[in-house]
Amino acid sequence: MIEFRSVTKRYPDGTQAVEEFSLVLPSHKTTVLVGSSGSGKTTLLRMINRMVEPTSGTIEIDGEDISGIPPVGLRRRIGYVMQNSGLLPHRKVIDNVATVPLLTGVKKKDAYARALELLDTVGLDRSLADRYPSQLSGGQQQRVGVARGLAVDPNILLMDEPFGAVDPIVRADLQRELHRLQSELGKTVVFVTHDIDEALLLGDQICILERGGRVAQVGTPEQILTNPASDFVASFIGADRGKRALSIRSTPEGDVVVDSDGRPAGVLTGQTKATPFRGVGAPAQGERAS
Amino acid sequence: MNLFAEAIASILSGPVSETVGQRLTQHLFLTLLSVAIAAAIAIPLGWLIGHTGRGRELAVGLSGAARALPTLGLLFFVALLAGRSLAVGLLVFVVLAIPPILAGAYSGLEAVDRRTVDAGRAMGMTEWQILMKVEVPLGLPLLLGGIRSAALQVVATATLAAFIGLGGLGGYIQAGLALRDFPQMLAGALLVTALALVLEGVFALLQHLAVPRGVAASRT
Repeated sequence: MIEFRSVTKRYPDGTQAVEEFSLVLPSHKTTVLVGSSGSGKTTLLRMINRMVEPTSGTIEIDGEDISGIPPVGLRRRIGYVMQNSGLLPHRKVIDNVATVPLLTGVKKKDAYARALELLDTVGLDRSLADRYPSQLSGGQQQRVGVARGLAVDPNILLMDEPFGAVDPIVRADLQRELHRLQSELGKTVVFVTHDIDEALLLGDQICILERGGRVAQVGTPEQILTNPASDFVASFIGADRGKRALSIRSTPEGDVVVDSDGRPAGVLTGQTKATPFRGVGAPAQGERAS
Repeated sequence: MNLFAEAIASILSGPVSETVGQRLTQHLFLTLLSVAIAAAIAIPLGWLIGHTGRGRELAVGLSGAARALPTLGLLFFVALLAGRSLAVGLLVFVVLAIPPILAGAYSGLEAVDRRTVDAGRAMGMTEWQILMKVEVPLGLPLLLGGIRSAALQVVATATLAAFIGLGGLGGYIQAGLALRDFPQMLAGALLVTALALVLEGVFALLQHLAVPRGVAASRT
């Protein structure tokens, strides 16, 4: 469990990135921090591994105040996946994945064996292990980034817009894969995005942020869709328009669900249980090195 | 043409040929030692500046000032003050060699993608590990470029060493000047040029080899 307690971050130039932010991020769940640029979401994420120090307030991991934990050690037990993968360009895929285990003194043979397993885990062919990052497609690089984040088997995985720079088809694949992974691994995932669809798709808990890191609403996807806390939230999630404002129309063929423009969006196939739809793993498509 | 022929004949079998091995060794020794000392000073300093991002203005200013010093003037000035010795020659050539190496060292680190460095830090690399495992290997081609440039400047300028009695290939020019022996002067000039070209080739090759493979792959 990660807990933010009245966390404020003010930069020396006076920018208020985050103001009095408090939130509990439950263990083994995915919490998505979503907001437009300037909402402080990345700042919040980077406070968890002490890449950014709060101006005031505390952050606790499982009850332990992280300001007392040396940053290097803390970062080595937290997985971090960033946009543009952040892979080391001069190292092969396998060395990138094994970076942190090798830093912490794991034997090379063991670290490599584990790295190969992780390539399987993230759906990459083992033959890519000896390639360099520049020889992979954007989607493949992100998968390597995820594998690297998982290399030390961390309890916490921080993901900073990890799928922001790949094309929509690959992104959808990666999102499905993350779902599958998360259902297998049960990490405490903190995921930052500006894409509300991605947030609704991946989050067990969603925290919508306004400018300056103020919380607009915290809740499950269902709570946020059904009860937007404010006009800001309603407009941010697009509750009043498009494919979010669905209605049922009776036609001679049967009932169809239509969107706000009256275009058919699908049909009702019956009642599901309370858990929302979770996609299943699908083979990677559209991801080949170019 | 006649002058050239005489100069080359002198190198191959004339008076120059008798001392060329010794002079070449002196010249090369002076050059490499100066560059090595300059590198020992400038590389750690350049890495410190490049890694921390501090002190860049100071380094640029001092390098610029050092570059503006006329080497011949400095050499005679220091020799007048401290006498003619190897230490004096080395000092002057080290001053000449530091700016390009310093610039290569810090600009090499600055050229590394900040996101790559950030990723290294976020993974839990110590600052030392970021420097040694990320910044230095990725900045190596530019550093070698700086050393290459320094070596080239020193090998050409080390010709002056002869004027304070340190020998080297400049000795032919100095003696030729005194004796109005133009073939000998030209022989000296040709030898310095040839040595500079060989060094340049060696460093170009090293620089090419220093580009990390993963980085080279993306450029093809």
